[in-house]
Amino acid sequence: MAESPSLLRIENLHTYFYGDGGVARAVDGITFEVGAGETVGLVGESGCGKSVTALSILRLVRPPGRIEPGSEIHFDGKNLVTLDEKSMRAVRGARISMVFQEPMTALNPVFTIGDQIAEVVRIHHAGTKQEAWDRAVKMLETVGIPDAAQRARDYPHQLSGGMRQRVVIAMALVMHPALVIADEPTTALDVTIQAQILELLAELQQKFGTSILLITHDLGVVAETASRVIVMYAGEIVEESPVEELFAAAHHPYTEGLLAAMPRVGQERERLATIPGTVPPPTAWPSGCRFHDRCVYAWERCSTEHPPLYQIGERHVSRCHLAEEPMRRSQRHEPAAAIKS
Amino acid sequence: MTNAPAVHPSTRPPVHPLLSVRNLVKNFPIKKGAFGRPAGFVRAVSDVSFDVMPGETLGLVGESGCGKSTTGRMILRLIEPTAGRVEFDGVDLTSLDSRAMRKMRRKIQVIFQDPFSSLNPRMTVGAIVREGLTIHKIAEGGAADARVKQLLDEVGLRAEYTSRYPHEFSGGQRQRIGIARALAVEPTFIVCDEPVSALDVSVQAQVINLMQDLQRDRGLAYLFIAHDLSVVEHIADRVAVMYLGKIVELASAADLYRDPVMPYTQALLSAVPVPDPARKKSRVVLTGDVPSPSNPPAGCVFHPRCQHPAKDAACTEIVPPLEEKAANHWAACIKQPPTGVEWRVQQAAGGTKEPKRWAGRPVDR
Repeated sequence: MAESPSLLRIENLHTYFYGDGGVARAVDGITFEVGAGETVGLVGESGCGKSVTALSILRLVRPPGRIEPGSEIHFDGKNLVTLDEKSMRAVRGARISMVFQEPMTALNPVFTIGDQIAEVVRIHHAGTKQEAWDRAVKMLETVGIPDAAQRARDYPHQLSGGMRQRVVIAMALVMHPALVIADEPTTALDVTIQAQILELLAELQQKFGTSILLITHDLGVVAETASRVIVMYAGEIVEESPVEELFAAAHHPYTEGLLAAMPRVGQERERLATIPGTVPPPTAWPSGCRFHDRCVYAWERCSTEHPPLYQIGERHVSRCHLAEEPMRRSQRHEPAAAIKS
Repeated sequence: MTNAPAVHPSTRPPVHPLLSVRNLVKNFPIKKGAFGRPAGFVRAVSDVSFDVMPGETLGLVGESGCGKSTTGRMILRLIEPTAGRVEFDGVDLTSLDSRAMRKMRRKIQVIFQDPFSSLNPRMTVGAIVREGLTIHKIAEGGAADARVKQLLDEVGLRAEYTSRYPHEFSGGQRQRIGIARALAVEPTFIVCDEPVSALDVSVQAQVINLMQDLQRDRGLAYLFIAHDLSVVEHIADRVAVMYLGKIVELASAADLYRDPVMPYTQALLSAVPVPDPARKKSRVVLTGDVPSPSNPPAGCVFHPRCQHPAKDAACTEIVPPLEEKAANHWAACIKQPPTGVEWRVQQAAGGTKEPKRWAGRPVDR
């Protein structure tokens, strides 16, 4: 599906959590690719499995969570799922790095920001202490921290939220990784600062040719940054498409619902469309299509037969039986979840 | 130096405002040293005035630290104002003692952002919704039970839920419980402090629709505090934009979003990501961060980040009054004509560039 040769290829990834309340199938069989230099948006609401996907790629899933046997994550010609911990450490931060949502918790409050970035360089044995420091300062300059040599000696609490997120980005990029996973990188920021950070990410991607896997719940952010979008629901990919096609002609009723539920600046003020009900718990995904009880088109088939990913367009897939029975789209009705609650 | 006008706009003058906020100020002391001597002040809210009409939704928007939540809390007197008046239904709330204020809270309610921390985890849903009925002696016993069930039904929750605890509910359901609690005492005015920010898009839409239905059915007025500009445009009749403790623009939602006057509002609106990849828009990217409210810039608080082509030394000297730039459209900018701050006054303050209307950079929609 990727435009360019694939850099990351995930096949049949299952990540389960074994708790007292049963097995939470947080990520339940997902397959996708990220091409070199590409920005892919991974969207969905809380509990859909998007963040667990990110943690799985970096092998940061902790017990009681586990990447299930049979899952494959191919990167740099290796399967990360079976890689030993030592080799995995060489991948983390150097070849694949992560930008977290909350910059304050991603930074250590008792070290200066320069030290924290230099440490990444040192861990990957890329130079002497002085060289590492110089590289940190240079990276801070690159991400637009004014007076970088001076500010490198600051502690995280001395910086504003936007500046901290720039530091986190500098830390993620200092080893020039091939892939950056950005998990809600602008969610904690104000809208004017968000605009700055998104612009910075796009600039840096141009400069370094980095691929970005952008995890977000904000479809506006995806529309402005990603070239391809993957929509997750209940641990599965439900739709994948080039960004223009997704916004112009979403196929899956869940994607359609998400787009309709968003209030937009400049839009006519009509009643917002809603998706009735709530995301089911990951310990008990519904049978058949996992979205069927919230779906306005669902029919008998949907509650019994789990839909595969149907090919909709050249690079567009959707996990919905409407692909085979398109005339059903004219038969909207009140979903089961609306009647129950 | 010019001050904001004492009397403020209302789009419908013949109707008496339900809430009138006048020249509201809050300074938080910054304490230093072992004895906590005040070493300065954070000027969280400075000289804020506005009206809310019966049945109206006034949106209050701005970025973190602009003072919007502090303003909401001062109206509820959860924070005591440093100066200014809050008049509700003709009564000055700032002069009430705690007992009289408690009585007043029957009319003024609040819905908080975080549905996880704003509900007592040790109380059942029934007890949470019922508490207001008991405190204000509205209903007791079987009548109260019936009322609780009716309220839950009204906000779209099942009546059987009364004996459950908050942790058993999703974020959206908890926010419905918070709304039921606020409605129990039959208020006429609700301060909604980021009521949908913590919710997912699909659930957010459910709660917004619910709030609009309740407003229509009960004639409620809302002060809707939020940072999400799209949500505010959707729900608000009028919108006030705050920056560093001041209202910098106030207009009907339609006018404000179509034709923002204050350069800050222009930049803020252009920064909102548009969920349409086909429309690439040019945006005013603000450089730098919001200055510290403990040491706000002199003159116009926005001048260090402002990109108005006529910005000059006068902007660093003159505090721009909130003026009517078009019918019922108020904004604080001496470089956007019409302005009462005459050109010679601006020149005397070091001004070199004459005021000239600027539309911000074109925003493609």
